[in-house]
Parts: sequence; C-alpha cells; structure tokens
Amino acid sequence: MASPTPRERPLSPHLQIYRPQMTAISSILTRISGNALIVGAFLLVWWLMAAATSESYFAFADGVITSWFGDLVMTLSLWAVWYHYLAGLRHLYFDAGKGMDIETAERLGWACVIGSVVLTAVTLLII
Amino acid sequence: MVQLTLPKNSRIVTGKTWPKPEGATNLRQFDIYRWNPDDGQNPRVDTYFVDLDDCGPMILDALIYIKNRIDPTLAFRRSCREGICGSCAMNIDGINTLACLYTMDEVKKPVVRIYPLPHMAVVKDLIPDLNHFYAQHASIMPWLETRSPTPQKEWKQSIEDRKKLDGLYECVMCASCSTSCPSYWWNSDRYLGPAALLHAYRWIIDSRDEATGERLDNLEDPFRLYRCHTIMNCTKTCPKGLNPAKAISKIKHMMVERRL
Repeated sequence: MASPTPRERPLSPHLQIYRPQMTAISSILTRISGNALIVGAFLLVWWLMAAATSESYFAFADGVITSWFGDLVMTLSLWAVWYHYLAGLRHLYFDAGKGMDIETAERLGWACVIGSVVLTAVTLLII
Repeated sequence: MVQLTLPKNSRIVTGKTWPKPEGATNLRQFDIYRWNPDDGQNPRVDTYFVDLDDCGPMILDALIYIKNRIDPTLAFRRSCREGICGSCAMNIDGINTLACLYTMDEVKKPVVRIYPLPHMAVVKDLIPDLNHFYAQHASIMPWLETRSPTPQKEWKQSIEDRKKLDGLYECVMCASCSTSCPSYWWNSDRYLGPAALLHAYRWIIDSRDEATGERLDNLEDPFRLYRCHTIMNCTKTCPKGLNPAKAISKIKHMMVERRL
C-alpha cells in the first residue's frame, strides 16, 4: 500500500492566541505612532505648500485640515507625537540597561500611555 | 517576514468534543490543539473534560489524564515533571510556560486552552519542531572556549565571578521565551531569539572563557542580535523566572563599550 503523501507541517497559531502583554503593546504603539506621524507630517507639508501655491488652493487645503476630520487627524497626531516622545525616553532608559525588570517596564509602559493622553489634553487646552 | 494571519494549511477548524468521564461531578473543560500528520486534515481544537477529583493539580497531570483515560492519540512531550527538563513547554491560557509547573488554578478562565509553542512548525498535536531553535543555540558556541594551556585540575573561578552566571545557567532551553517573541516570530530565520542570546551572554561573561571578542563579533549583526526591540514578552513568560531581555541588553552594552 502506498504511504500517504507527507503533509507540509502547519504553523502553530501565534498572534491569534497569545495573550496581549502590556510591554508588547506599548512597544508596538511606538511603531504605530511613529509611522502614523509620517502621514501627519505629509499633511502639514501639503498645507504649507498649498499656502505657497495660490489663495484658492490654500482655502481648499485649509478647509480639509480644519474640518472635523482634519481636527481628528491632527489631535491623533498630537497624541502620537507625545506617545512617541515618551516611548523614546523609555527606550533610552532601557538602552542604559535600566528598568529591565517586568514590574518597572510595565509601569513605564503605563506611564507612556497615560502620560501621552494627559499631555495631549494639556496641549489642546493651551493652543 | 511579518505575516499576521496563518497560512491556509494551518487554519484551525472545529474539532470534536470527547465524552465526559462517567460519574464525575467536578469537571474542567480543556480545549486542545490537535494536528495529525497522517490524516490530511487541517489542525483542529478538540474539547475534553477532566475529572478534577481524580487528577493531580498541574496542567501536565490533566494532559496525562486525557492521554490515559480519554484519548491515547494525544501527543505531547514531557519527562521530568518538575521544570528541569524543559520538554513540556506549550502555550497555556495564552502564555508560554511549562505544563508541569503551571497549576490549573492559575488559569482564571473556566476553559483551559492549550496550543503548541507559537509560530513553530508542528510535528504533531502539541509537539513543535525545535531543530532550528537548537541549531541557533549551537551557533553561539555553548561551551567554554579557552586558549591558555589546560590547567592540571579545574578552570578556577572566584565566588564573585561565579555569581555573574546566576540567572543565566538555570535556563533549560524550553523555548518558551523565543516563541513568545514577535520579533522571533517574524524573523526567526535570521534573529537568534532570547534563549540563544541568553546563552550567548552566559558564556560571554564567564570569567574563564577566552573567546569574548569572537563571541561578540558573531553577534555584531543587524539581525542576529539587534532584532531585539525590548518587547520583553520573553522575560514575562519565562517559566524559570529568568530575564533574557536584560541579558540581551547587556550584550548590546558590551558592543558599545568595546568600541569606546
């Protein structure tokens, strides 16, 4: 009897089953906020370039950026700036070989999340 | 490369529910990943019921109960049943740990979910293929490298120098840490992962070892060492309470220090 053709081994599930970890989430948020800021930066450049192009084009770009959707994007970008900044400080601290135990790392992660939200609110109140 | 979803042949389908043990009143439900290389089917999750009045307290006890009493085809590795051999590492309730050291009481959800170590090729059921993992360990030269003439008796070490190995030598190579690391999931072909790097550091700081430069040269690579982004899933999950993330950070430190 012919033996059955050997099956390719399946890959065991990973993201689908792994319990979310505070340290992992604060780490991926650093990346997400950093990448999202590229979009925010492009929007700002576009706004400035529109100002240099013509009055009517600036009115259009300004309309987009100050619409409710533009405000939302800019507010999220503001949060991303603060988060990315705080997470960067946390990584500097890690790079110095400090805070590498789970308790401190998780506390610093929460500090980044809560701190970024508070700083965003404070910035919005000031401007 | 990052692939967030599972390949087609790895998608999990609904499995079968095995009958409850007769006359048992104190039951706990176990959902366990199954894959049989011989039946041509996709992986599935089977449901079992364990009689807690007739079973030891650890997850491994429950697995042995299932294998002995309900389904002898369930395959898993185990040996020492006391956390020293590292065989029974698996994903229990969403984290990687040793089935023999993890109690059923530690699982807060009513159903205990058990999968093989994440993002590994599955040999059968809860048994992952660890060949590549072991090859990576071998690549860091896990032995004492010396140039000086071998002493008459043993290679001596001061008490202080010996202390530097604490928190490193205890690793049993169960692969829980490496397979918890997203960086290792996406780049295990080139990134060594926390377990191999912890071992690398164990030999780097051994006062008797005389190949420190060569060891650091081996790791000076954008992937082998520097794919560690301090995600720290490794340290969080280590069933022996070790800190691979810190060991990796110390290697990175030595890389900088030797250039100054």
